[in-house]
Amino acid sequence: MRRIVIGVGNPSRGDDGAGLEVAGRVRSRGSYQVPGGSYELMDVWEGADDVIVVDAARSGSAAGTVHRFDASDQPLPGGVMGTSTHSIGVADVIEMARCLGRLPERLVVYGIEAFDVSPGGKITASVRQAVDRVVKEIDGA
Amino acid sequence: MSDAEREIAVDYLARVEGEGAMYLKLRGDEVLDLKFKIFEPPRFFEAFLRGRRFSEAPDITARICGICPIAYQTSSCNAMEAAAGVTLTGGLRALRRLIYCGEWIESHALHVFFLHAPDFLGYESAIAMASDFPEQVTTGLRLKKIGNAIMTLLGGREIHPINIRVGGFYRAPTRRELETLVPDLEWARDAAVATVRWVSSLPFPDFERDYEFVALSHPDEYAIQDGRIMSNRGLDIAVEEWGEHFEESHVAWSNALHARRKEGGAYHLGPMARYSLNSDRLTPMARAAAAGAGLGPTCNNPFQSIVVRAVEIVFACEEALRLIESYEEPPAPFLEVEPRGVVGHGASEAPRGTLYHRYEVDSEGLIAEAHIVPPTSQNQLSIEEDLRAYVPGRTGLSDEELQWQLEQAIRCYDPCISCATHFLDLTVERE
Repeated sequence: MRRIVIGVGNPSRGDDGAGLEVAGRVRSRGSYQVPGGSYELMDVWEGADDVIVVDAARSGSAAGTVHRFDASDQPLPGGVMGTSTHSIGVADVIEMARCLGRLPERLVVYGIEAFDVSPGGKITASVRQAVDRVVKEIDGA
Repeated sequence: MSDAEREIAVDYLARVEGEGAMYLKLRGDEVLDLKFKIFEPPRFFEAFLRGRRFSEAPDITARICGICPIAYQTSSCNAMEAAAGVTLTGGLRALRRLIYCGEWIESHALHVFFLHAPDFLGYESAIAMASDFPEQVTTGLRLKKIGNAIMTLLGGREIHPINIRVGGFYRAPTRRELETLVPDLEWARDAAVATVRWVSSLPFPDFERDYEFVALSHPDEYAIQDGRIMSNRGLDIAVEEWGEHFEESHVAWSNALHARRKEGGAYHLGPMARYSLNSDRLTPMARAAAAGAGLGPTCNNPFQSIVVRAVEIVFACEEALRLIESYEEPPAPFLEVEPRGVVGHGASEAPRGTLYHRYEVDSEGLIAEAHIVPPTSQNQLSIEEDLRAYVPGRTGLSDEELQWQLEQAIRCYDPCISCATHFLDLTVERE
């Protein structure tokens, strides 16, 4: 049984780096940091059975709110995870992998609600606390 | 159809890079107003460059685009090297062409499979297409990855590579390192040939235009990273003469400057222009694939640009294999280049067409003035003329159908609005 965690985000844009920060601190499973978080996610989770993806979220909830979704059998709810014009986001990669039969058996996605994603910013205090909680939850599971 | 005016507006165009819109106002069969609008905010790169050292231009301009950073790096290096009178030869020139082949493969694979093919098959996105065409989508993903692998091996990373510098590279790869790319490239070349067959069977609208095609042209090879600027209407100039033959102007509805030929008007850049000017210099399998797909010596139907892009993927794979096979490690990874108190011009064939840069470098080696003319901004007029020509005879279509077809006509250009802003959002208004 291969268990991994994948952090997604942009380390140069404040709270958008929250997912990478979680992946960098988890000790209980193999850890990968994939800043772009696009099609290459399918290659990264190839051969893994139990996958956790952590990314920043923008849903309008309070900063630091932790969203947890089981994406093994159903798509992520719309409007929570970000999208990009230059690539496709985590939610779309998951649906493409589902169509192509490249989804791991178990896939859980954590979305940490961001507050400030401006270029050059730091991770804000409430998001940092959420990072601590998610690391603890993953390592304790 | 009545004489009532109608308006079709797309506020955000999908499957293009960046933020753009389209607006169309019709009375009966008559186009009253048509605009391809780029509203992505201005990005001020030319201003950032002023006062920076000449050597910083490739790293700063790479940031203009995450899909075609090599194009920006190459055009800026070309300009600085031309300013200093330095020309890359041998292994260094081969490496610059090889990493550019990687960019053509990843950028074209993205457009052919994920942005453009869904238009012909009636899907809103590649994700919607994936369940019915899993084999094609998987091929597209793997091709893109192989293009990225070339960029990573030579450039240090696939997005905004860091190993490129004015005069060459910080470190040149060994022959053995390049040879690791060969098995994947052989697969990619054959997959690209199959892709040409597949896309040539797609249903294309009956629509051709008489374009002035402009592209770099090189006597001995299918031009990518250098050459003279040529057109099918007799233009044949050195890159430094760009400003004598082309001009840019600002229009209120676009944050990208419109470019035109001083002697002509709209012109067309990109795969169709390159193919129409240089198809006799394609590699053997690419030429055979084009002939097998029914392409003649030129292609004037913008919707068939998907076939030409696929042919260029075959070419880029064959060319990459040839460059690796004949690679000789250069004695040094870069040449010394020190432009002082000079003006330099550089151009190269970005996946979307000719990318022109001009820099004034002062006596300290600092950039005094920068001028960057990306392909999408140059294609804006051609896109608007295509839309104006496409609408008459098709006004019987519903707003929804007309809008869908016009969006497709825009996507034929693979517009990179982020680069040009200098995106897309469509309005059709019928009176």
